[in-house]
Amino acid sequence: MARPSLLLAASTAEPSPPTKISAQGISAWYGPIRALENVCLEIPSNRVTALIGPSGCGKTTFLRCLNRLNDTIPGARVTGTIRLDGVDIMGQYIDVAELRTRVGMVFQKPNPFPKSVFENVAYGPRIHGLAHSRAELSVIVESALRHAGLWDEVKDRLASPGTALSGGQQQRLCIARAIATQPEVLLMDEPAAALDPIATSLIEALIDDLRESYTIVVVTHSMQQAARISQHTAFLDHGRLVEVGETTEIFSTPREKQTEDYITGKIG
Amino acid sequence: MPGSLILSTLLFAAAAFFLGRAAARPFGTGARSRPVYHGALLALWVALPGLAVTVAWALAQPALLDRLLLAGLPAGSVDAIGTGGRALVLAQIHALAEGRALPHLDAVIVEAGARLSRWREIGRLALFATVAATLLVSFLVARTRITPRLHARAAVERALTVGLVVCASVALLTTVALLVALLRETVEFFRLVPPAEFLFGTNWDPQVAFRSDQIAGTGAFGAASVFAGTLLVAAIAMAVAVPLGLLIAIHLVEYARPGTRAWAKPALEILAGVPTVAYFFAALLAVAPAIQHAGRALGLVVSPNSALAVGLVTGIMILPLVSSLADDALRAVPQDLRQASLAVGATRAETVLHVLLPAAMPGILGGVLLALSRAVGETMIVLMAAGLVATISLDPLGTTTTVTVQIATLLAVDAPFDDPRTLAAYALGLTLFVVTFGLNLLALRLVRRASRTDAS
Ligand SMILES: Nc1ncnc2c1ncn2[C@@H]1O[C@H](COP(=O)(O)OP(=O)(O)O)[C@@H](O)[C@H]1O
Ligand SMILES: [Mg+2]
Repeated sequence: MARPSLLLAASTAEPSPPTKISAQGISAWYGPIRALENVCLEIPSNRVTALIGPSGCGKTTFLRCLNRLNDTIPGARVTGTIRLDGVDIMGQYIDVAELRTRVGMVFQKPNPFPKSVFENVAYGPRIHGLAHSRAELSVIVESALRHAGLWDEVKDRLASPGTALSGGQQQRLCIARAIATQPEVLLMDEPAAALDPIATSLIEALIDDLRESYTIVVVTHSMQQAARISQHTAFLDHGRLVEVGETTEIFSTPREKQTEDYITGKIG
Repeated sequence: MPGSLILSTLLFAAAAFFLGRAAARPFGTGARSRPVYHGALLALWVALPGLAVTVAWALAQPALLDRLLLAGLPAGSVDAIGTGGRALVLAQIHALAEGRALPHLDAVIVEAGARLSRWREIGRLALFATVAATLLVSFLVARTRITPRLHARAAVERALTVGLVVCASVALLTTVALLVALLRETVEFFRLVPPAEFLFGTNWDPQVAFRSDQIAGTGAFGAASVFAGTLLVAAIAMAVAVPLGLLIAIHLVEYARPGTRAWAKPALEILAGVPTVAYFFAALLAVAPAIQHAGRALGLVVSPNSALAVGLVTGIMILPLVSSLADDALRAVPQDLRQASLAVGATRAETVLHVLLPAAMPGILGGVLLALSRAVGETMIVLMAAGLVATISLDPLGTTTTVTVQIATLLAVDAPFDDPRTLAAYALGLTLFVVTFGLNLLALRLVRRASRTDAS
């Protein structure tokens, strides 16, 4: 248990960060099925917030509220207020495409486009016109791939298909794709769930690095992973928020019996 | 008669099934197969020899009897009538045997007629006896093999496989036979008109060649202009069907509510089932006059059977082919990719354009090629609504002709089978066959490759 105490030292040294996203009274339905019930959560800036909880408790659903991706699912409905930097993003007249450039997302299963490595990363910048020349685009792509820790592995095969990379590389490619548009928030849905232990530790190290520039919300079903990479943890169960707080506190002195049972492996 | 025999064979086989199943029941769990399979195998072993005997007999008997009849006639009595006499005599004998009275016949022939009807009666009885014996023997032999150790299930499976292969080969053999028939006549045609002239010559006027001394010299069978007409009509049809079909598919997959799609897609597919005659009426009675009037208003001269009208209507006809296959291809693009694109802030239209269309391209192209092959091979609309004069021209407002029109016209002429006009129809048919077959092959490969990438 050396890690948590180290983290404790680190997090107490930092001043209390401002709130980046504030979700109030979020409820979500898929048709008649209720997936979230009155969830209230503050997500601090430039920190890693972990969402944990048993399978089917609504972690993915909550994450997808933050970039309005639930809008694309027929029959899905979300109520409540979510503010990004104090501005409501739930309104009907919000430009969701613009919102999603500020709130990027990495999915559970690596999903590179069937295009080249370069085109995968260049996709967002191209669409948003972030580069005015091929050279500028190359700079953006290289920087995103470097940030994602993938540059050295793919710099000689930028033209080969992204789908030909290994699973771990594909996931880092997807991270590069997500950060190429310079978002402020990065949502990650079990980013290491489909990966082997080595690829997983690479991704975890990467998440820790990215914290400097991004606000990160990461879903994980692994307690150890949450303890290793996050500063804040929220525990969801059956669509309700059970407990939220500093990761070190949640794992050492949970307030709720339910949380304790879950992190000690009695449920889930 | 063979009908009732086949029916009795099947009834007997059904009985064999129940007997075999009953015989296998006591084997219990020691048997290698369930009793049903023993029954089915016994039925097969009984039915197949019985049916084989019936069919073989039915095929062999008439030829055999004819030969016997001719041999029985006095020497010289057939050849005296001249060519075709043999067939005539046989026809007379058969008519007599069936009980029709014919006047003024030779005594030998009348006698032969009586002989034939007697032989047929004998044949009937012999066939019946043979089939009954076959059924009985095969049942008795097969029954001894119904033991617990019999791999009845595997044997039934093999029999089914063979049966399916036989059914599939019927379709395949038809295609091959068709190709062979076309090839034979085409080779015949190319003896009269050199292939190069047929493929690249621009002067198409099959009527001139009627004077047989001018066939090869006139160049009247230069089909390039006919091909050009076909291409023009097909190009117009594709120009209508591809963009429209794609937009419809995109709308259905990405924008329409699921409820809308539920009725819109079947409704579109009904278009594919409308008889082409209906399209031809549309082309002839509505579209062509409309285009002519519009052209007149603009000061253009439009032929009453313009390539534009024909192409437009053909395009509508192949529209469902494009939209339906494009819809399938777009739907098969993994949901992941849509979400990935939306998540970096792309709009739906950008997602369609940059992610979905490229990913679905092989499937879409496959649909387009199938539609093209249909447009090229279409007869009815162009036959009625297109013209007959072959000229190389890309003017969509002028009259045009196509390969299919020329085939139908050439064959409608009541010419003998070795007439170059008839043969030219076969040559055109072969060209069409090769082109559409090639297009279909390419299309199927693309569609298959598309479905492989979806699976991975
Ligand atoms: N697209 C969907 N349609 C219908 N129900 C869904 C859909 N996605 C998720 N759900 C349901 O919503 C609940 C929460 O799902 P989810 O947010 O994916 O859970 P988690 O990510 O925590 O495993 C589950 O009961 C799940 O069955
Ligand atoms: Mg999930």
